[in-house]
Amino acid sequence: MTAEQPPGQAQPPDQAALAGQERLSEQVARTGMFGTETTGDTSGYGGLIVRRPPPLSSPRPYGWYFDDLADALGSSLDQSGLPFGEAVERVVADRGELTCYVRREHLTAVAGRLRDDPALAFELCTGVSGVHYPADVGRELHAVYHLVSLTHNRRLRLEVSVPDSDPHVPTMVRVYPTCDWHERETWDFFGIIFDGHPALTRIEMPDDWKGHPQRKDYPLGGIPVEYRGATVPPPDERRAYE
Amino acid sequence: MTSRTDAGAEGRVYNVGGQDWDEVVAAADEAGDRPGDERLIVNMGPQHPSTHGVLRLVLTLDAETVTELRPVIGYLHTGIEKNMEFRTWTQGVTFCTRMDYLSPLFNETAFCLATERLLGITDRIPERASVLRVLMMELNRISSHLMAIATFGLELGATTVLLNGLREREKVLDLFELITGLRMNHAYIRPGGVSQDLPPGAIEKIREFLGLMPGLLGDMRKLLDANPAYLARTKGIAFLDLAGCMTLGVTGPVLRSTGLPWDLRKSQPYCGYETYEFDVPVQTTCDAYGRYLVRMDEMDQSLRIIGQCTDRLAGPGTDDDRVMIADAKIGWPAQLALGPDGLGNSPEHIKHIMGQSMEALIHHFKLVTEGFRVPAGQAYAAIESPRGELGCHAVSDGGTRPYRVHFRDPSFTNLQALPAMCEGGMIADVIAAVASTDPVMGGVDR
Repeated sequence: MTAEQPPGQAQPPDQAALAGQERLSEQVARTGMFGTETTGDTSGYGGLIVRRPPPLSSPRPYGWYFDDLADALGSSLDQSGLPFGEAVERVVADRGELTCYVRREHLTAVAGRLRDDPALAFELCTGVSGVHYPADVGRELHAVYHLVSLTHNRRLRLEVSVPDSDPHVPTMVRVYPTCDWHERETWDFFGIIFDGHPALTRIEMPDDWKGHPQRKDYPLGGIPVEYRGATVPPPDERRAYE
Repeated sequence: MTSRTDAGAEGRVYNVGGQDWDEVVAAADEAGDRPGDERLIVNMGPQHPSTHGVLRLVLTLDAETVTELRPVIGYLHTGIEKNMEFRTWTQGVTFCTRMDYLSPLFNETAFCLATERLLGITDRIPERASVLRVLMMELNRISSHLMAIATFGLELGATTVLLNGLREREKVLDLFELITGLRMNHAYIRPGGVSQDLPPGAIEKIREFLGLMPGLLGDMRKLLDANPAYLARTKGIAFLDLAGCMTLGVTGPVLRSTGLPWDLRKSQPYCGYETYEFDVPVQTTCDAYGRYLVRMDEMDQSLRIIGQCTDRLAGPGTDDDRVMIADAKIGWPAQLALGPDGLGNSPEHIKHIMGQSMEALIHHFKLVTEGFRVPAGQAYAAIESPRGELGCHAVSDGGTRPYRVHFRDPSFTNLQALPAMCEGGMIADVIAAVASTDPVMGGVDR
C-alpha cells in the first residue's frame, strides 16, 4: 500500500464496482441450487452461478497487537534485505488471529527472522497443519504453521500455498526442529513434500500405503483392509443380508 | 540357533531360540559379523506394558547404555480428523473426545472453542456453561495426572502407587458418570455450551470429593515424595532443559519442570480462567522427579479451582442459568430429562415439536440432521491440557461440516523429545523418561 496516487489523475473507480469485477473474475464454485438441472426447477434458482469469494486481504489497521507485529516483521525483513511485500503475499486479520500468507521461497527466511529478532521472538512453533482446497486451482495445498512468542505472549499464523502439480515447500526443521514429525504427518496425509527434511517418511500410515488420506479426493472408507494375507472388503462391499 | 543370509536383510540373520546366546556370539565371531562392538538393536514395543499403549521404540544399545532411540508411532491411527469432515460440527465432539482418552474433556473444549471462534460467538457463551467447562476440565486434569503418576509407579515396579492412583481416579470418574452419564468419551461439551446442567445432588458430591481428595493426595505424597527407591529412579533422570523444550516444542508439566511458568490458563486465558485464583507450579530440576512434583502441585491447584467453580454453581442463580447458547440456530433445543426409565429426551420438548408447533419440528429436524452453518474461515484455539498445549485448527468452508480439523496434540510433540532425554542414559531410564512425558497414544495417532 506504499504506491502513491499521482496528482491530477482521474478519480479511482468506485470501490464497489472494483470489488464486483474482482468477484466476477473468480472461478465458479457451484451452479444452480437444490440439485435440479432440468425444467423441473420452477424456483428460478437453477440458473444461479455462485463464484468463489476472492482471497481475503485485511486493510490496515489490523487492530490489537497485530499492527505492531506486522511493523516489526516488516522492518526486520527489510534489515535482512528482503522486502515485506515480496515475502508476504497478503495479511489477514480475522477473528482475533493474524495470518501471513508467505511465498514458499521465502518461508524459511521469514521464519528465521520471526524466531531470531528480539522484537518478534517467536520461540515456539506448534506444528504444521495441511489443508487441501481442490477448488483453489494453482494453490491447492496449504501448509499452515502456528507460532507462539512466549516473550511477548503473541500468536501468529503463517500459511504457504503450493499447487498440486508441484507440492514442494522448504522444510522448517532447521528453524524449528519440532516441525520434524509435524511435516512428516503433513506429507503422510496430504503429500506435501518438504524439501530438505532429514527423513521425510510416513508417520501415521503404514510405510507402503498408497495415496494421502486427508486429501479431499481420497474417499472416507472404501479401502479394503489387509491383514496378513486375508482381506476384509471395504464397508460398502461387504456381505449384506437381503 | 540357525543363521542364514537374506537378500533383503542388512546382513546375516540369526534366529535366536533361547538359551543359545553363546552360540550366536560364536557364530557371529566366526562369520566376522562382530567387529569389536557390542551393539544390540532392540525393539521395545509396540506391545509393551510400559510404553503407554502402542508405542514402539527402536533402541540401539551398547551394553545397557542407550546410544540411539527412535520412536515409531502410527499403530493407533484411527482417522478421527478425516471422519470429522463427514459429520456436523456438533457430531465432531463425539469423535474428538476419543482422541486422547485420558483427557476427553480437553479435546472437546479445544474443538468447541475453535468452532465458537469461527462462529464468532465466543462472548455469548453462557457464564454457567463456562464454569461447568472449567469444573469438568479441572476434574479431568486430576484424573489424568493421577493416571500418569499411577502408571509411572507401576512401570518402576511399585504396584501400590498404581492401586492408590486408580482408586482415587475412580472418584473422579464417579463424578463424571454422575454429571455426564459416562466415565469416558463424554461428548459433554458442545459448540455453544455443554449438553446439560448438573444433576441434583452433584454439588454435594463434588464437595464431598473436595473434602476427601487432599488427604488422599497427601497419602500419595507421603508414599513417593521422599521414597529412596523412587528418588533413585527419578532424580536427574530424563533431563530436558528449557532450550531443549523450546526447540522440540515441548509444553506442559515437562516445560514447567524447567522453571518456566508457561501455562495457557494464565498467559492466554480462555473459558474465564482469568477470574479464578490459582498458581502455576514450577520446578527447576528439569528431570522426571520435577515433573512428578509439578503434577502433584497442579492437582492441588485444580482442587482450588474446582472449589471456586462449585461455589459459583451453588451460589444464587442469575436470571440466565442456561448452559447452552440462547441462539436457537446453534444451541440444540432439547435438554435431556430424567424419566422413570432413565435419562432420555425431554417430554416437554417432544410435546412442543410433535403436538404444538410445526415450525419448531422443522427447526429441530434441520438443526439435528443438517446442523448449523459455520462462516468460512479458519481458527486456532489452544488450551492447557494435562500434557501441554492442545491446539485445534479448524477450517470451515461455510458449510455444516468442518472442512478440515487438525489437532496439535501435546503427546505427539512431546514424544519427539524422547531421544534427547534418553540417549546416553541407561535402558532402565527409558521407561522413566516415557512415563514422565506421559504420552497417550490415542492422542498421538488420532
